[in-house]
Amino acid sequence: MSITAKEVEHVAKLARLELTEEEKAMYTEQLNAILKYAEKIGSLDTDGVEPTYHAVELANVLREDEVRPSLPIESVLLNAPEEEDGQIKVPAVLE
Amino acid sequence: MSLLHPSIEEIRQKLNDRELSVEELVSASLARIEQVDGTVGAFLSVHAEEARKHAQALDRKLQEGGPQGLLFGLPAGVKDNLNTLGFKTTCASQFLSNHTSIYDATAVRKLKEQDYVLVGKTNMDEFAMGGSNENSSFHPVRNPWNVDYVPGGSSGGSAAAVAAGEVSFALGSDTGGSIRQPASYCGIVGLKPTYGLVSRFGLVAFASSLDQIGPLTRTVADSAYVLQAIAGHDTQDSTSLNVEIPDYRKALTGDIRGLRIAVPKEYMGEGVAPAVRDAVKNALVELEKLGAVWEEVSLPHTEYAVAAYYLLASSEASSNLARFDGVRYGVRSDRAEGLIDLYRKSRSEGFGPEVKRRIMLGTYALSSGYYDAYYLKAQKVRSLIKRDFDQVFERFDVVVGPTAPTPAFKLGEQASDPLTMYLNDILTIPVSLAGIPAISIPCGSDNGLPIGLQIIGKALDEATVLRTAHAFEQSTKYHLARPEL
Repeated sequence: MSITAKEVEHVAKLARLELTEEEKAMYTEQLNAILKYAEKIGSLDTDGVEPTYHAVELANVLREDEVRPSLPIESVLLNAPEEEDGQIKVPAVLE
Repeated sequence: MSLLHPSIEEIRQKLNDRELSVEELVSASLARIEQVDGTVGAFLSVHAEEARKHAQALDRKLQEGGPQGLLFGLPAGVKDNLNTLGFKTTCASQFLSNHTSIYDATAVRKLKEQDYVLVGKTNMDEFAMGGSNENSSFHPVRNPWNVDYVPGGSSGGSAAAVAAGEVSFALGSDTGGSIRQPASYCGIVGLKPTYGLVSRFGLVAFASSLDQIGPLTRTVADSAYVLQAIAGHDTQDSTSLNVEIPDYRKALTGDIRGLRIAVPKEYMGEGVAPAVRDAVKNALVELEKLGAVWEEVSLPHTEYAVAAYYLLASSEASSNLARFDGVRYGVRSDRAEGLIDLYRKSRSEGFGPEVKRRIMLGTYALSSGYYDAYYLKAQKVRSLIKRDFDQVFERFDVVVGPTAPTPAFKLGEQASDPLTMYLNDILTIPVSLAGIPAISIPCGSDNGLPIGLQIIGKALDEATVLRTAHAFEQSTKYHLARPEL
């Protein structure tokens, strides 16, 4: 399998990245080299092998649905690029 | 006084005997940073004033005879992907260059509870992606043994800071080798604990099913001290294991008679530099002298580990790094028109090339039509790699081999070829995929550059890993060598 420049553009769009023409060419080449290398796992017979999503067996961890203290608003807003009236400000969502 | 020589145990003794004050200790650390860090570049931020104040407070506590934590007064560096309340946490990324932590990571909180002193945040590959520290958005780190060489990565700043005697110990994080490989390159001790032993809460996530926090120290006993402080169950991390934590220092008996060691032939093959192979063979002779027995084994799926890892880690990274959108924190682009454009421009301006590469790879591997061939297949390969280890551990106590195929390489030497760089992790990645503990300790050098021995244990058997490493260390002199800076 190989990845085309057009697919790289599509993937960048999905990942919310804006690539320059130079970057597109570079990533097409590099991702192809990496994917070519990754293809070696395709040759392994994994029929009947269960996937390991976590190395350690874990069940769902649940807790009582009770109110706990949250971070203070001032702390949360400390790193916000823009704020207004105790809320984080973003550009208009609907034009 | 120099921080280069005394162990944690010795410093504790000196503090107890009033031969040393915490202020003197912390001042020595800050002076050493002042002296060498312009060259080494291990730190992204140094908190001299806060560290001095903290030291004075601890000295008062010492005078009053109050209780002393396990790491009382010890100056330390913390990797810049671990949140430290009130201090910057940037992940060595332009994107987070203005980000201040509003809470402590659990591992950091636990160090505080044991009275450590934070002197600064250590440099790293951006978002922990890399093996040379050249991917830091701010400045590279240089290997204290030879400043033309890389310190390894991604915890390169933590490893170099410890090797250069700037701090008593440091915390790092390891996803595919990011504690062990820089420890190997810098001639120190680096431990990656069992997945789930140390809470990941407050560690900026790279690949959540693999990330693990661990200590970088100059001796194995120091490693046991720090692990003791940070291990343990945490309700804030749903993958945190609820298990009893043993006394790791009690494991350091020096006695490894009858220990069964497996040496995978795949770890001693052609891709491994002859000097590294020789150093590991010498180490095996030493371990035999101490009463251990070793046998060659096979971990047949080793050659597939790197491919599976890069698909899995990049997939998880592409998902984890979606949170960096310029809305709640980080540097927001001022050129954006509308919300989607704000995400796009903030990310494109804030992330470096390796981070973008992995986000692209992960997004592709998870995208519709490719999921089965890449992501799911890689998870199955992960099962096979884990099974390899399970089978070997039925007959053996530890697995021993090199940490990295070569000693450190020169800055810039591999920067243009991501795939070559990825292959440096070929001997650390299988362990990460299996979620088991491993330590790197110094076992020799080549042209003045350190070589690391990797000792791998069963899940949650850090005690045997530490015992083996300690016995080897105490019967050899590699850990006593210091770089000249």
